Amino acid sequence: MLDVSWAVRWVRLTAEAVGLAKAELTELDRRIGDGDHGENLDRGYRAVVERLDALDPEPENVGDVLKLIATTLMSKVGGASGPLYGTAYLRAAKATAVPSLDASAVVALVEGALDGVTARGKAVPGEKTMVDAWQAAADAAAAAAHEGASAEEVLRRASTAATAGAASTTSMVATKGRASYLGDRSAGSADPGATSTALILDAAVRAVGEGR
Amino acid sequence: MKKLLNDPQNAVTESLEGFTAVHADLVELSLDPTYVTRAGGPVPNKVGLVSGGGSGHEPLHAGFVGDGMLDAAVPGEMFTSPTPDQIQPALEAADSGAGVLAIVKNYTGDVLNFEMAVELAGDDDHRVTTVLVNDDVAVEDSLYTAGRRGVAGTVAVEKIAGAAAARGDDLETVTAVAQRVADNVRTMGVALAPCTVPHVGRPGFELGDDEIEIGIGIHGEPGRRRAPVATADEITDQLLDPVVEDLGLTDGESVLLFVNGMGGTPLSELYVVYRRARSRLEGLGVSVSRSLVGNYVTSLEMQGASVSVLRLDDETTQLWDAPVRTAALHW
Repeated sequence: MLDVSWAVRWVRLTAEAVGLAKAELTELDRRIGDGDHGENLDRGYRAVVERLDALDPEPENVGDVLKLIATTLMSKVGGASGPLYGTAYLRAAKATAVPSLDASAVVALVEGALDGVTARGKAVPGEKTMVDAWQAAADAAAAAAHEGASAEEVLRRASTAATAGAASTTSMVATKGRASYLGDRSAGSADPGATSTALILDAAVRAVGEGR
Repeated sequence: MKKLLNDPQNAVTESLEGFTAVHADLVELSLDPTYVTRAGGPVPNKVGLVSGGGSGHEPLHAGFVGDGMLDAAVPGEMFTSPTPDQIQPALEAADSGAGVLAIVKNYTGDVLNFEMAVELAGDDDHRVTTVLVNDDVAVEDSLYTAGRRGVAGTVAVEKIAGAAAARGDDLETVTAVAQRVADNVRTMGVALAPCTVPHVGRPGFELGDDEIEIGIGIHGEPGRRRAPVATADEITDQLLDPVVEDLGLTDGESVLLFVNGMGGTPLSELYVVYRRARSRLEGLGVSVSRSLVGNYVTSLEMQGASVSVLRLDDETTQLWDAPVRTAALHW
């Protein structure tokens, strides 16, 4: 069930995954950005877990957990990814002010995150940014829900699509963000933001399994 | 890496503590969240001016807090933009009730974090306008990039808008003046040697003994092209020509010529650059009526310089001349 304890497990698994991938994310960012994505995101999620540990009682809605992530990332991450992820989680939180998510609420969560990233960063698909992962995830989630898939299945399809979306950024030439100053030299390496987006959604799926 | 450092994680805070102790008559430091305000709080009925960005560019921005310039500055980590929870209280602390102008360099992180902070301050009934500075002509095609970066021209925007606020202009007028300066200033920079961010511990890029990087930003990020080292006059021409062309300067116009050091280049060399740039401009029939030379927008210990030209009119000239009393600029 995609309830509050799922959301809490999702946070912890994300923090763990980001910690493990810190060096990889930083290396991707060093190639085409300013080399701090792994460090910044790791600092942010560690702060999220600290705040979550200090919470008593547990939040009532999934959206409350996402809002805690949003405000923490905004104040701890800095750079471009702080506001981008902060706004993504904030919009996702607004769409999930319920104790547990059905299929359409999962779609609303992913679409909310996409809207947040797009509203803040003004990027569109194909510009080698995290939008490439979020857009793929939102499309796949909507299609799955339309076919009558369960909430868990919608989430799984969104995550698979985000991973493919992140991989697709490797061949792209960046036209947004600091990577854009490299022009053609930005091709050949995956976008760090799209890569971390895929990690986050993968953690959401693994959090379902852990609850069983 | 050899630097005067204790724990690199504390470098920004320790530097700010020293800075505010030296200039206690001008500024006050707030910690947690970190921002610098004018000593004594906002001036009644005056529009507040706030700027900020990553640290490592000193004296930008805290060195420009004081009479006739900024009311608050928000320093982020080294080369990392400040966060909204730092920027929002700085905006609010600078608001005497007459509204606040945020001056933001066009770097994606700065733009996004300021945007969020301005929204949050707006929710609390503060009137905040924003002017983006994007003077760096090295970024050729804004259509395929995040746009031209905000670099040394920021000093001119902060000085002139600060003077407009000090003479009592309202928020709309101060914003329009700041925008006019941003629209009329262009910059191009060169690096002779890279810089090292303390907690990273290695240079941001590599340059051979006989190489220079033309068209750098202020974070040691790549520029327009790598070129062989040349004479000061030749390098100056490579910086000035695209600036003049982009501004579309014509015979009879009057300008401010600003030669800015990146932190590791001696003043004596900056004057050599100034000498050439001035004579080129005068050769075009352009009158260099105001000048500034020194290390104002630095990139840690980077060796290099930038050349900025601001097209002046009577009003912006007067505002440039108006009194200013800050740590880094005073007359």
